[in-house]
Amino acid sequence: MILAWIILVPFIGGVLAWVLGSRNASLGRWTALLVLLADAFLVADLWTGSSGAEELSRGVWISEVIVPWVPRLGIGLHLAVDGLSLLLIALTVFLGLIAVLCSWREVRERVGFFHFNLLWVLAGILGVFLALDLFLFYLFWELMLIPMYLLIAIWGHAERVRAARKFFLFTQAGGLLMLLSILALYVAQGARSGLYSFDYLLLLGADLPPASSRWIMLGFVIAFAVKIPAVPLHTWLPDAHTEAPTAGSVLLAGLLLKTGAYGLLRFVLPLFPEAAAALAPAAMTVAVAGIIYGAVLAFGQRDLKRLVAYTSVSHMGFVLLGIFSGTAMALSGAVMQMLAHGVSTGALFLIVGMVQERIHSRELGRMGGFWSSAPRLSAAGLVLCLASLGIPGSGNFVAEFLVLLGTWSVSMPLTAVAAAGLVLSAVYSLGIVQQVFHGPAVSAEGPADLSLRESGMLAVMIALILWLGIFPGPVLRTAGPVVQAVLCCASPGHIPPAAGVAP
Amino acid sequence: MTRSDLMVLLPYIILAASSVAVMLVIAVHRSYRLTVLLTLAGITTALAAFSFLSPLLPRQVTALVVVDRYAVLFSALVLLASFAVAVLSDSYLSLRTGRHEEFYVLLLIATLGAAILAASTHFASLFLGIETLTVSLYAMIAYLRDSDRGLEAGMKYLLLAAVSSAFLLFGMALVYAATGSMEFSRIAARAGGAPALTLQAGLGLIIAGLGFKLAVVPFHLWTPDVYEGAPAPVTAFIATVSKSAVVAVLLRFFGTIGISQEGPLFLVVTGIAVASMLLGNVLALLQDNIKRLLAYSSIAHFGYLLVMLAAGGPMAVVAAAFYLVAYVITTLGAFGVVTVLSGPDGDAAAIEDCQGLAWRRPWLAAVFAAMLLSLAGLPLTAGFVGKFTLVLAAIGSALWVPVAALVLGSVIGLFYYLRLIALLFAGPGRAIPLPPSLSFLSGGVLAVLLVLLLLLGVYPAPLLDLIVHAVR
Repeated sequence: MILAWIILVPFIGGVLAWVLGSRNASLGRWTALLVLLADAFLVADLWTGSSGAEELSRGVWISEVIVPWVPRLGIGLHLAVDGLSLLLIALTVFLGLIAVLCSWREVRERVGFFHFNLLWVLAGILGVFLALDLFLFYLFWELMLIPMYLLIAIWGHAERVRAARKFFLFTQAGGLLMLLSILALYVAQGARSGLYSFDYLLLLGADLPPASSRWIMLGFVIAFAVKIPAVPLHTWLPDAHTEAPTAGSVLLAGLLLKTGAYGLLRFVLPLFPEAAAALAPAAMTVAVAGIIYGAVLAFGQRDLKRLVAYTSVSHMGFVLLGIFSGTAMALSGAVMQMLAHGVSTGALFLIVGMVQERIHSRELGRMGGFWSSAPRLSAAGLVLCLASLGIPGSGNFVAEFLVLLGTWSVSMPLTAVAAAGLVLSAVYSLGIVQQVFHGPAVSAEGPADLSLRESGMLAVMIALILWLGIFPGPVLRTAGPVVQAVLCCASPGHIPPAAGVAP
Repeated sequence: MTRSDLMVLLPYIILAASSVAVMLVIAVHRSYRLTVLLTLAGITTALAAFSFLSPLLPRQVTALVVVDRYAVLFSALVLLASFAVAVLSDSYLSLRTGRHEEFYVLLLIATLGAAILAASTHFASLFLGIETLTVSLYAMIAYLRDSDRGLEAGMKYLLLAAVSSAFLLFGMALVYAATGSMEFSRIAARAGGAPALTLQAGLGLIIAGLGFKLAVVPFHLWTPDVYEGAPAPVTAFIATVSKSAVVAVLLRFFGTIGISQEGPLFLVVTGIAVASMLLGNVLALLQDNIKRLLAYSSIAHFGYLLVMLAAGGPMAVVAAAFYLVAYVITTLGAFGVVTVLSGPDGDAAAIEDCQGLAWRRPWLAAVFAAMLLSLAGLPLTAGFVGKFTLVLAAIGSALWVPVAALVLGSVIGLFYYLRLIALLFAGPGRAIPLPPSLSFLSGGVLAVLLVLLLLLGVYPAPLLDLIVHAVR
């Protein structure tokens, strides 16, 4: 039942934050914070309570709930957590806390409703990471969109409504294609086995003819590729990230993009092993194109927030590359990159938000020489930019290194091009450092330095990035069984019915 | 006619009797409050009578009507919707000068016609039901005689409904000529040996005639004007009561006859459905008037529903019925909000009227936003589950082209639903004067609709079981 509570707590807390927050703004903020702390406690309990390691290493579900819901259609409330889900829900709750804290002063209007939307997005994302019933998964997948849309459309910057609509339409169109695929899978599997069900574990055994399996997979892949985002389906991302309030950008970059990668790992590879293997070369090419394209475009931006947004396209390319390269090392790297990118890009968006709050601009041209007036802000910015370019010692380094190493054996040319992307990321990252923090000061009176709340947030995030970089062991061990399970299903010609995944 | 026959007809008799009673009471003692109460009591009693019927079901009463679970389900839906419309009309009409008692007589008669349609198994009862419904609607649409728009809308509806009745009658005549019967079951039995061309032409004309009532492309031209011109509660009535009754009889008729996937009729239905989904959604994009926007969106929604007619089979009927229930709840809620927002001088019309509603009337805005989300088919609402079952049934029948149109239409639809939702939460705009507060009853109806919407979105199993039971 703890899994149901992890999702329900933000749902209920969201309503509570709305009601209380409409009376008194700071009451709303504290409610949201306490709700997320409670959720963090539940996740921590799940993690410590279960990591008697022998369960994890066998790759079984750490915790599972099944309650019939609409039995006539074979829909159940099936939630379960394994290593991958566990890492991602921990990331979700952590970034949720950061999002609440970073809005503490930025959001002053309709505070209650803001935190309602924030908590409901988080609840939807938690649901996506935990659902093992495809109807339930689709429900949560759609559910997180509306509050996210409102977060951008109400509390965003100048072009917010247009950006929010673009975001919504792209993801919703992808979502509807996925709905078709889910239903087609349900019908096809039901017709073959006589047992109509949306349950993931049942559908895992589906042995579909290659042609229909290819088409059905395509719907999933497009939906997830929009979210990741893979070039050329990425065009919603720069707009949405740029116009969203800081908390919205943190959630988008840190979590929403990860739902796409999670979907590929959880559904596409295990459900359609052969079709996915056939798709892999194309997907890897797209991934590498994204790495280069994102980096080149990031370099060309004059808007700091847009620049950071494009770096996401580049970094998420590594995730896509790792997922489809089909080696254990690259897959572990992809999982690592999901976490490291979530934290490091989230932190970079915080920096951008702090700069914008101080100088009321995101234009690179109006920044410069911040180090003299705001040394703490600048130091944090330097560390995060270095993490973003993948300097050894950061989680990003471990992740990208593993992905490249794992891909090398599969395709040398693609690895070489992807590695060139790393060089480009050094160019734009150092460019930020040079332009914003060093150089001549643009105005005589530079921005104020970090407050205690701001330094606290950044310090924790930087510590986390370093921890991921220096002690990647625990994360890799937690994700290990899942990677093995995905691989054993994904290798062509060998399709055990849910072996190693199901208890 | 035996006693049991009369027993199963009791709800319909109560409905007819209450319309007569209301009329007589008005003649003796003109009291608005009393009229409304009598109307609501009449509908409630008829609904209550349905609940005593179950041991007697199903029962064929003469060749004209059958009272089975299917009929009870749709009649009850019609009555419940009509109850909500009566409550909304009360809050709408009591703000306006003039005598409004007769409106409720018309409402009861129209409801009776709609309820009969749900039970009809014969062309005669089909036509009688439709005309009873439509003739009352002419007067209801033009009920506020001071409004030019209302009169124009009434006139338009009158002309086009007359044309559609002609189509319908001619279609029935052709089917009768081909099969020699007007009973659905006998038509189905003799369809095999009938001259194909006459039969198909007749069925096509029947689809056209009923298509007018459902306002599907290309029979939709009256819809936006009538939706806009009619008083808001009457628009709600047309959109819910009248259309669900027609869907009920359409599904029953073509469920009995069967539409084969190879025949020309299948192509006609699919074509109408695809055109309605795409055109309805595209034209809704261009609207700046809430009622016209909802009119075009309703065209699209009935396009979705017609896919189920093409799909055929019990699963499709279940999906269609569920979708219809969700649609009725949603549309009543949306028009309920429009009704409540309408001041004494005219209906809330321009979409700017609801700008920033969330900060002025949060509950009203919450209801409206929930209804719009349901129309868009987003989760936790009844519309989500409805669309889900609909697509499931369509994929089950491998109707890939209509499904593709449905997805495309839904994405286009998101544009204008989102636009309205964004407007609800936008900064304060032109503040239209709002009625001082909701009446207890209409507030209650809106609250119940919201709860039902969310309940069906989160826990659809009971209603699904009910419908499966009714369709079997």
